[in-house]
Amino acid sequence: MQGAVDSTPVVTGHEVAAHEEHQDLRVLGLITFLCSEFLMFAGFFAVFLVFRGSNAQWPPEETEVELLLPAVNTLILVSSSWVINLGTKAIKANDLAGMRKWFGITAAMGAVFLAGQVYEYMNLGYGLKTNLFSNCFYLTTGFHGAHVFIGLVLILGVLWRSRRANHYSDIAHTGPEMAEIYWHFVDVVWIVLFTLIYLLTLI
Amino acid sequence: MAQAEVSIKPTELQGGHGHPDKWKWYDYFTFNVDHKVIGIQYLVTSFLFYLVGGFMAVLMRTELATPDSDFLSPDLYNAFLTNHGTIMIFLWIVPAAIGGFGNYLIPLMIGARDMAFPKLNAIAFWLNPPAGALLAASFFFGGGAQAGWTSYPPLSEITANLPQTLWCAALVMVGTSSILGSVNFLVTIWKMRVPSMKWDQMPLFCWAMVATSILALFATPVLAAALILLIFDINFGTSFFKPDAGGNVVVYQHLFWFYSHPAVYLMILPIFGIMSEVIPVHARKPIFGYKAIAYSSLTICLVGLFVWVHHMFTSGTAPWMRIFFTISTLIVAVPTGVKIFSWVATLWGGKIRYTTAMLFAVGLLSMFVFGGLSGVTLGAAPFDIHVHDTYYVVGHFHYVLFGGSVFGIYSGIYHWFPKMTGRMLNEPLGKVHFVLTFIGTILTFTPMHSLGMQGMPRRVAMYDPQFADLNQLVTIGSYVLAVSVIPFYINVIWSWMAGKEAGPNPWNAMTMEWTTDSPPMIENWEVLPVLTHGPYEYGMDKADQVGPAGEPVATTRP
Repeated sequence: MQGAVDSTPVVTGHEVAAHEEHQDLRVLGLITFLCSEFLMFAGFFAVFLVFRGSNAQWPPEETEVELLLPAVNTLILVSSSWVINLGTKAIKANDLAGMRKWFGITAAMGAVFLAGQVYEYMNLGYGLKTNLFSNCFYLTTGFHGAHVFIGLVLILGVLWRSRRANHYSDIAHTGPEMAEIYWHFVDVVWIVLFTLIYLLTLI
Repeated sequence: MAQAEVSIKPTELQGGHGHPDKWKWYDYFTFNVDHKVIGIQYLVTSFLFYLVGGFMAVLMRTELATPDSDFLSPDLYNAFLTNHGTIMIFLWIVPAAIGGFGNYLIPLMIGARDMAFPKLNAIAFWLNPPAGALLAASFFFGGGAQAGWTSYPPLSEITANLPQTLWCAALVMVGTSSILGSVNFLVTIWKMRVPSMKWDQMPLFCWAMVATSILALFATPVLAAALILLIFDINFGTSFFKPDAGGNVVVYQHLFWFYSHPAVYLMILPIFGIMSEVIPVHARKPIFGYKAIAYSSLTICLVGLFVWVHHMFTSGTAPWMRIFFTISTLIVAVPTGVKIFSWVATLWGGKIRYTTAMLFAVGLLSMFVFGGLSGVTLGAAPFDIHVHDTYYVVGHFHYVLFGGSVFGIYSGIYHWFPKMTGRMLNEPLGKVHFVLTFIGTILTFTPMHSLGMQGMPRRVAMYDPQFADLNQLVTIGSYVLAVSVIPFYINVIWSWMAGKEAGPNPWNAMTMEWTTDSPPMIENWEVLPVLTHGPYEYGMDKADQVGPAGEPVATTRP
């Protein structure tokens, strides 16, 4: 017999067990947490904007940013948000194989993004300590990269758990849903970051 | 617990994680997920840190008894002033008021069996002891952080690098704890109320915790950002806050105060919540202006996010910013005044019981009005520039934090100790504690205003001999405060072991936590209660419905 909400089968007709079935609030909790997390990035962005506003030449001459590779990376990350959404749609339709496929593709796209980021770091010709701009650049993109990595681990975790029969189904999909929300968060942060650090240099 | 044996345990029905009928003493030292255990863990740990921070304060005051530096080395003095502030804020008031009372009371007040995310809750608590350990360690690896609790660069980047890094790490940990706790509080209050409880039937403490949690959620991560940048500056060669390499120290101040001004509301909003519970119960009257108090918490939360620059009037702040932030700062006094007047109106004509909880609540009222008024004076930029970084500021914030937050925590302890332990605190000893605390507070913190007006700078171990007399008065006051905690700790320890049995509802109160046993059983109720009346309907007929039928009531009825 399946419980009324999501995952846990509750073997009871007994009154007192009713409270254990409170709504699954994990998704709500994650969204609340991510609002907070976003404010940390907002702090970094604010610092970046203050320095941008108070320096005539920004970024300074020897620390220009690369544009082509990050643009490709942006395309990959943004489209991966659609891909992961296909994955959760699949599991909501009880299509486990579909979910595994789409989550697998998302993970691959995330890995490509991270690899691209590392490649960019190695070919920029300046490091964290070079100047104030490079401080901001590496710190912000680095923190974002760390969050992409966490998202990747979450997706791989979902894939790992999905090997167990009936772990995820059309009525038990909180795990994939949370991984998806986290992935969207990472994506949104990147869009702001890409606009501020990369696109604004074009102006 | 005879009933528990006959009833079917809910968790056993699920075939998993069963729990015992009652926690043993050692369960309180484990990764326990019961919100009541976690609440007690928060309270006990924070009261221990309170002793540590207080000990540092007493040593500093001993140093300041004479104008010369003759008791502590200047470096040690700096380390004490830094860690006194840090411990009192982040490991005493915040965990006691938010973590302790919030975790213990919220599920009981809204009729939930636990918080929404019990494991997350336990993780949030267990981030605190290691943070304290890091601060302690910072004394052994380089003599402790020296740059004050604000840790402004460049000072924080050129003194005691390793201890400063440990300090930053400790703060990031308690900040994370605070964020995780807030997620839990918000989701719990939003989604886990008993179905019969509407938003406007919630106890005001829960409203206060909603406002507190929103503030913590939005402000704390910004502090984390500032501290991460500081860690990078100190250890990894970046130059965010190094003016000689293009960095900007004022940026740190903005990030820091964007958190740390709301942090003062983090420390006082839960206390306002405690006040709104304690006063009606002991005045035997419905709270005056329920909605006004509830919404003023939210107003403080909102406006409080836009006042932070009033800490920076002397940091080269542009004139338009001074005007804007002076105005916004003065506006915060309005919702605060709404609360004060509502409490006074609640007391007006009530049948006041002078219990120790009530004494501390009324003491808080007077102290906080005084501290609030000096806050309004500081909010005005012209005056603030005059007394910036003097003892006037120290006097002000100790009046609101000690006379406000600490009095509120004491009041809450005297009020809910019977619920938490099943035993009453000793009232005569409590009154001794109150009188000593009240006298000590006035003696310690009032002369500071005068010292500040005369120009004595804060954060110094040596001062001009003309300030000696008032400083000695302050030092004597601080000793009175130090002595005042002795009857309290004795009272708590003794009463916890052998105090008078409290029964479920010793105060004859109407909020939901008093409908279960003291201390409550592990999942709070056998059967969840149904709300039949509002939280403050004292003096009305419904008051007689409170308390389990047939139980004798410990106090007089309205």
